[in-house]
Amino acid sequence: MAVQKDIGAYICSGCGLGDRLDCDQLEKVAKSDGRAKLTRQHEFLCSKAGVEMIQADIDAGDVSHIVLGACSRRAKTDAFNFENVVMTRTNLREGVIWVRPDTDEARESTQEMADDYIRMGCAEVKYQDLPAPSQEQGLNRNMLVVGGGITGMTSAIEAAKAGYNVGLVEKAGHLGGTAAALYKRVPERAPYSLPVDNGVDSLATQIQGNPRITVYLNSTVTKTSGAPGRFSVDISTESGDTTTENFGAIVQSSGFEPYDMSQLTEFSPESPDVVDQLGLEALAKEANGGAIKRPSDAKAVESVLFVQCAGQRSEKEGHLSYCSGHCCATSIKQAMYFKQANPDTDTVVMYTDLRTPGAGGEDFYRSAQKQGVIFTKGEVSEVTPGDTGPLVKFNDLILDENVEQNFDLVVLATGMLPNSGVNIDAPAPAEGEEVTETPVSILNLDYRQGKDIPQLVHGFTDSHFICFPYETRRTGIYTAGPVRRPMDIKQAMDDATGAAMKAIQAIENSSKGLAAHPRSGDLSFPSFRKEGCTQCKRCTVECPFGAINEDERGFPQYNEGRCRRCGTCMGACPVRVISFANYSVDSVGQQIKAVDMPDEFEEKPRLLALACENDAYPAMDMAAMNKVEYSAYVRAIPVRCLGSVNTIWITDALNSGYDGIMLLGCQKGENYQCHFVKGSEIAHIRMSKIDDTLSQLQLEKERVGTHEVAITDVERIPQIINEMAETVQKIGMSPFKF
Amino acid sequence: MAKKEYSFYPGCSSQKGASSINYLISTNSMCEELDIQLNHIPDWNCCAASIGYAGGGELPRLALSARNIALSEQAHPDQDIVATCAACWLATKETKERLDESADLMAETNQALSAAGLEIKNNKEVRHMAEVLIEDFGYEALGAKVKKPLEGIKIAGYVGCQTNRPFGIDGESYENPMYLDKLVETLGADPVKNYDKKVQCCGGALAFSEPEKSQDMIKDIIGAAYDGGADMIVTPCPVCQMNVEVYQDQINEKYGTKFNIPVVYYSTLMSVAYGRNAKDSALNGQIIKAKQLEAIANK
Amino acid sequence: MSELNNRVVEKYRNNFLKEVEANVEEGDWVKMCMQCGVCAGSCPLGDAWEHTPQKLFMMIRAGKRDEVLSSDAMWMCTSCYNCIVRCPRELPITHIMHGLAHYAARLGLSPKNQPTQKFAQLFWDNLTKTGRVNELKLGLNLYFMNGFSEGVKKSLEMRSIGQGMFFAKRLNPMEILGGHGVKDQAGFHAMLDKAREIEDAKLDKFGK
Repeated sequence: MAVQKDIGAYICSGCGLGDRLDCDQLEKVAKSDGRAKLTRQHEFLCSKAGVEMIQADIDAGDVSHIVLGACSRRAKTDAFNFENVVMTRTNLREGVIWVRPDTDEARESTQEMADDYIRMGCAEVKYQDLPAPSQEQGLNRNMLVVGGGITGMTSAIEAAKAGYNVGLVEKAGHLGGTAAALYKRVPERAPYSLPVDNGVDSLATQIQGNPRITVYLNSTVTKTSGAPGRFSVDISTESGDTTTENFGAIVQSSGFEPYDMSQLTEFSPESPDVVDQLGLEALAKEANGGAIKRPSDAKAVESVLFVQCAGQRSEKEGHLSYCSGHCCATSIKQAMYFKQANPDTDTVVMYTDLRTPGAGGEDFYRSAQKQGVIFTKGEVSEVTPGDTGPLVKFNDLILDENVEQNFDLVVLATGMLPNSGVNIDAPAPAEGEEVTETPVSILNLDYRQGKDIPQLVHGFTDSHFICFPYETRRTGIYTAGPVRRPMDIKQAMDDATGAAMKAIQAIENSSKGLAAHPRSGDLSFPSFRKEGCTQCKRCTVECPFGAINEDERGFPQYNEGRCRRCGTCMGACPVRVISFANYSVDSVGQQIKAVDMPDEFEEKPRLLALACENDAYPAMDMAAMNKVEYSAYVRAIPVRCLGSVNTIWITDALNSGYDGIMLLGCQKGENYQCHFVKGSEIAHIRMSKIDDTLSQLQLEKERVGTHEVAITDVERIPQIINEMAETVQKIGMSPFKF
Repeated sequence: MAKKEYSFYPGCSSQKGASSINYLISTNSMCEELDIQLNHIPDWNCCAASIGYAGGGELPRLALSARNIALSEQAHPDQDIVATCAACWLATKETKERLDESADLMAETNQALSAAGLEIKNNKEVRHMAEVLIEDFGYEALGAKVKKPLEGIKIAGYVGCQTNRPFGIDGESYENPMYLDKLVETLGADPVKNYDKKVQCCGGALAFSEPEKSQDMIKDIIGAAYDGGADMIVTPCPVCQMNVEVYQDQINEKYGTKFNIPVVYYSTLMSVAYGRNAKDSALNGQIIKAKQLEAIANK
Repeated sequence: MSELNNRVVEKYRNNFLKEVEANVEEGDWVKMCMQCGVCAGSCPLGDAWEHTPQKLFMMIRAGKRDEVLSSDAMWMCTSCYNCIVRCPRELPITHIMHGLAHYAARLGLSPKNQPTQKFAQLFWDNLTKTGRVNELKLGLNLYFMNGFSEGVKKSLEMRSIGQGMFFAKRLNPMEILGGHGVKDQAGFHAMLDKAREIEDAKLDKFGK
């Protein structure tokens, strides 16, 4: 707080604020308690005249920091968009008058709320500086794509089309990945009636003729370091030759491995006439449109059974619990191979639930039915090598009977296992425990937290399927295709395009020092005061994005390009040396302290709500729009993520007399909705230890609550606040009001 | 409004002395009031209904309806075919559609028809009387003719199956068609809201061959009308009308119920509301007398 | 392997499906069933059926020829068309049921003494005799279809209904003497004979 800060406070009396609140009083508070150099009122602050009034003060050099007492920071963002000035918005409309009844009795407490928010705004702005880009940015516009299957090839072509140079690394000696092994693929265009060319040659030709794309065959990535805009990557061939190239962003499209069918012993996987779907593709390629021959004796197949969900969607030991998504359509396609070659082939697809996702899935299914493929709802229990071909035992689920039947060939529709490299969160093997298999790393990241992209479930890389697909917990690195979740070729190609687009965005943003999703465009970044740091490493361990490495002495090394600006490091720091220019332990801590604390006997409790700006705070705004009322005793402060909440804020709040504290964050765990993936989870862990603080202060446990809320909890959040108010009424006021 | 003319297919049950002659009589009165002229298809034959399938294969059954269409084409080339019986309408319309879809069936059907010296072009609309009322007149026009509103009568609109599925009245849902309720309202009566068994099957022809199963369903149809506070039930279908009306005694005997609810046609209601007397409205055709309607008709 | 096993194996070949596609009205739709069961749940007599439409379609695909054709299930169809309008695959299920019933009856495989079959046949015979239904004769034939003494009993049971219909002028005893009919009897019967002839010729073709 070295430079001179001239605070201007602007109070809006529009939208009913003037009727419900004493705006002159608010100005007075800004001046006296907020130490504002200048205060003004306007009846329509977001109007052209109102905005010009503020801009005139800025232009005259009268104010460097401004506090707007008007609507929520989420409203009128286009109007209140000032450059070169630090601004904070105090929420008098959604945060005060819209959540309070318009009655004479409520008038005093409503005014107190507004007064406090003005005090808090002035206090916050006093501890904020204008953020500027850090000095670590690089601008390398090249994109690395790891994996040369359908996904990787599509990503490379799409990025090249957008004008970016691409390095495409493929471990095999040719492009195409799994798709190259397919005789044909499921159609992705109307009329969705027959299998189509696998498409690999066409993509490979496009790549070969594209000057923007450099292909590295028989190669792997042996080291990745740096950050978005300045990744340095070692690409090594089998023979050990290594070249180091620089890239701005990375798409990982490392694909999948088929489930090992030899584990399905009940289906006689050793029998030559029992194959998996890729095995059948090989037979179909060999037949090349002619009769498909069974491996044991080269007899043309006259009857074939497809066993869906083989070793999938099953809780049995060694089976995959999930659905791999593509296998129903793949079996339908393969059944058509037989019908196309010989319409009299008996082709039976045996399923428990047939799933054909995507626009054309149902049409493709119908097309197979029209061609005479028989679909039987049944469960196969056993396949044994019979005299004339595999003997299949199954239960017909519609007719409820057990049947035994010989087929010439049995195809097992097994699942997908992601090629996601090393699981960096796997517990280290216990001493003496034999390590059977070490997975090969895909990216060999030179990151503090491990070599590969963190995984979410079943080994698939972490990405929020709905809200932010492709995003991983490594900024500037995007995953696409079946490494991210099970999918078919069409979905993988869509994925590839989406990931390429995200990668381009990362390149462009990081070069300017701007944050990626979800605080897109944010210039602020965390920095630390080295002299106070105790090298405890909490920040480097807890950062959800692996943004912080350690130097040889254990001090944190920030890679701002990798940072998402959530502040989880700031929340983690026990000595509070980490801060952002505009978001710090002080910028929030001083707001907490700025609240006017009535003494114990006034019977006016004060409740603190630290609300995640992504979901909880907008939900409170929406509650206000819906006129859902809540207690006038609460003072809400938006935080970047619950992960940024430093426990000192809780301790300070309790010490300064708050009667109850609520932390409102996003859902954590496997189905997380936390925009910073781990922030809410980490906050919950930290807060589980707050009981010690409470018992030291001899305060009741109920005074602090941590809640997982969603943006739709428009009724629930007011309820949580009101319940806290009731709790305080029950257990009494805090004795710490000095 | 000018007189409207239609090529009318009355069907077997509307013949003199047949089970739904009262439907025809009340329809005639209703049409007189609406200035509709029904030109009977000359020498029409039975449509085989939906139960004719055991003896009749696809082509013989299609030929039956095709003969009626061909006769209508000859006699009334510019008029839509209109039927009052649900089964007649369904069989004829189904024939029209199936011949439209298949050139082979069309050729075979014409081959059969030629044995009777006939030919079908199949370019006619086949419509139910309810469609004519709703589409060619509309509720407002139908309401304008009301002379004696059916005030104070609560009526369950039992739509049943075959005027509702698979074709139905345009714009209505299969699960909850509203046209009978709207018609009841138009005539000044009070429709039963949320009539639970509105589209429940009464058993159709199986009322004869599987009486127990059918009567079990009929019992629910009547029970739900009573639950809704109905004074009477209205239906657009002769089989529905008959099945729901005539078995009430047998159902009472078997299930211990005390059913005694009149079941009328929409044409009965309209004839009465349009001011026609009990005879014109065929109220004497009720086995369970519709006394409230008689009172209004005799006013 | 046993003879029984061979038979079971043969059942799961799709020959019967082809037979149905060729010979049963709308039979080429059977393969399009996706086994969701909505038809079974929508049938007003669903509880009374030995096999729901869903099962019948599966049995056809599994080649269970005898079981399908001797089933009494399709004879339970009331032609309410609920299955048709609800089927997500838009199969004309009602028509397929009629078609299967007709085909079974034609081959002489339908169950003995199936009341709906008897009634349906009576109905057809009644209407084709003159071209129009004679309700009185149809009713009496129905009551007497299981023999004379049963018929007398049934007629007595139904007496009150008959009386009600008579007094409402909805039943005419004079119909017994002949009643309604089309005028062009010769043309009418020639047409039906021709239609039957065409259909028989088609079936013969498949049989060969």
